[in-house]
Amino acid sequence: MKICCLVKEVPDAAVQKRIDPSTKRLDRSGEKNLNPFDTHGIEAAMQIREGGEVSVDEIVSVTMGPESAVRALHKAVALGADRSLHLTDEALAGSDVCATGYALAKALEAEQPDLVLLGQQSDDGECYTIGAVVADHLKMPSLTQVIKIDVSGGKLVCERQAEYGYDTVEVELPAVISVGDAINEPRYPSLKAIMGAKKKPLETQGTADVGIESDRVGEAGSKTEVLAINPPPAKEAGEIIEDEDTSETVERIVAWLDERKLI
Amino acid sequence: MSGILVYALHDDEGNFNKNSLGAISEAAKLAGELGAEAAAVVVGEIPDDACARLGAYGAAKVYRAKAAPEGLAQPIVDVMAKVISEQGFSYALFGGGLLGFEIGAGLTARLNAGVTMEVTKVKVADGKLVAERPVLQDSAVVDVGYAGEPGIIIGRLNAFDATERDGGSAEVVDVDVELSDWSTKAKMVTRGEQRGEDVNIEDAEILVGGGRGLGEAGNFKLAEELAGALGGAVAATRAVVDAGWYPYAAQIGQTGKTVAPKLYLAAGISGAIQHKVGMQNSDNILAINKDPNAPIFEFCDLGVVGDLHKIIPKLTEAVKAKKGG
Ligand SMILES: Cc1cc2nc3c(=O)[nH]c(=O)nc-3n(C[C@H](O)[C@H](O)[C@H](O)COP(=O)(O)OP(=O)(O)OC[C@H]3O[C@@H](n4cnc5c(N)ncnc54)[C@H](O)[C@@H]3O)c2cc1C
Ligand SMILES: Nc1ncnc2c1ncn2[C@@H]1O[C@H](COP(=O)(O)O)[C@@H](O)[C@H]1O
Repeated sequence: MKICCLVKEVPDAAVQKRIDPSTKRLDRSGEKNLNPFDTHGIEAAMQIREGGEVSVDEIVSVTMGPESAVRALHKAVALGADRSLHLTDEALAGSDVCATGYALAKALEAEQPDLVLLGQQSDDGECYTIGAVVADHLKMPSLTQVIKIDVSGGKLVCERQAEYGYDTVEVELPAVISVGDAINEPRYPSLKAIMGAKKKPLETQGTADVGIESDRVGEAGSKTEVLAINPPPAKEAGEIIEDEDTSETVERIVAWLDERKLI
Repeated sequence: MSGILVYALHDDEGNFNKNSLGAISEAAKLAGELGAEAAAVVVGEIPDDACARLGAYGAAKVYRAKAAPEGLAQPIVDVMAKVISEQGFSYALFGGGLLGFEIGAGLTARLNAGVTMEVTKVKVADGKLVAERPVLQDSAVVDVGYAGEPGIIIGRLNAFDATERDGGSAEVVDVDVELSDWSTKAKMVTRGEQRGEDVNIEDAEILVGGGRGLGEAGNFKLAEELAGALGGAVAATRAVVDAGWYPYAAQIGQTGKTVAPKLYLAAGISGAIQHKVGMQNSDNILAINKDPNAPIFEFCDLGVVGDLHKIIPKLTEAVKAKKGG
């Protein structure tokens, strides 16, 4: 079985994220990292491989993004992927969810995966939707926010929390599954794996290579447009206490509660 | 016609979801401004009168696909794509939750349509809808417009209020939909399983919410003792419910409960959007978190930066002493 893991390079959590008012896109300068939510997808692939229920021939990490995004692929390989696919093209810049999902599906089509795994969300875009967009283009069944996957007999049995509690769903392969962060504890890559990551095969493809219709991607091919960026509704800032002397901190909390008649 | 089509989610007993009813009310209001109609899609064997009652929230028509199953997104994508294409709807609107994200995303692919998620407000400009979406941990709000039709709008939990009017009754139209081949490849085995005991958090005036910062399941007793001293109950985040530390019935947020107690004391909770949407209307929010950059400090009334393991036991004692004295 072949598993493709979608990964994305995102601004590091410690970086103050902001929108560039001139382009109305996310300012992607500064430290970047592999989207932490995607490490759970790679870990899930590794656990399927190590679980031995099915034989996993290949784990391929796939990303769409600028040149710098190869670093996310290197990290994915260090975590266990066997090789990578980098979809990159000027024409893709500024793609919205509709265009990104279409482009990623095109890149995946040629790979013919049995299973596509994704993270529950990108740390910068927080759209929660790419998985289901990709799935419909690939004509595959799909679930998001999955926290347990059992593989057997060409099927997955998945669990996830939806509106009314936990659902258990049987999904035929090939399928697209986005995993919740409770699914596993991603391992740390070994130093050897980190050092070896750059030597693993990495294929770079442009829009034409995977048959992407260029008028369906990029800013021009996108179906949404950011018209304005505004500050959030003003909220009175709360009071902040740094706990230095815990007895004093507790006294202040009790006084605060008392003032509001909460005790 | 620039109508708005809403998905009305229901549980296994056929009760419609409050956020879906909110989306219908919102769609009816917006459709009024656009000079169009709002309609709803319902799947499964929901009786005529129950469907017609969606008219009270503003749906002019209800498209019912009896043969399509509830609870999984892709069959509903088939239904909505067909209704949108045949009836010419300009927008699809979803209340907050999980399925709306999946169905909206599926429609995006199927209809090559623009999508905006986590929408907190929708407005009309030049005869078109513009969606307001908070981004980057709610530090900015973007206005999003749509190129072409339809436009897909996925609301944030509790963004749209359900408002009932007198006497409205929707016309019920049955639709036959042939499900796509891939839509039948996922099958619900069990739906809506309640994990852990049935606790009541909705009636509590004081809630102590426990998150991953508690460190382990056993440490929920810290939260329980504090809640006991304050005369309240204990709530939880999805992270700890998924981990099996606390019952699902105590979960607050997007796929849990919505509460608005007099006091919400968040212990070891980061304050992710999906948690915030379930508790942000609490009268007073107090947060204890060791990370000064935790998002919860952006919307709490009193934030304490420190180790909850040091603070909570002492706080519990101090509250007891205060109450005793
Ligand atoms: C579709 C979807 C639906 C979701 N639905 C929900 C939902 O209904 N409800 C929900 O809650 N979440 C939901 N989530 C998950 C949500 O995004 C967050 O992952 C979750 O709320 C995080 O829980 P947490 O705050 O317990 O954990 P974390 O985010 O891990 O935060 C733990 C916090 O504890 C602090 N901490 C650690 N140790 C200590 C210490 N010793 N003292 C003090 N502080 C400490 C840390 O600084 C950190 O801020 C959903 C996500 C998605 C994508
Ligand atoms: N440009 C991209 N390249 C590869 N994978 C992506 C990209 N954008 C999003 N994803 C995947 O989709 C998941 C959900 O992202 P989102 O829908 O943006 O929140 C992420 O965790 C990634 O696995």
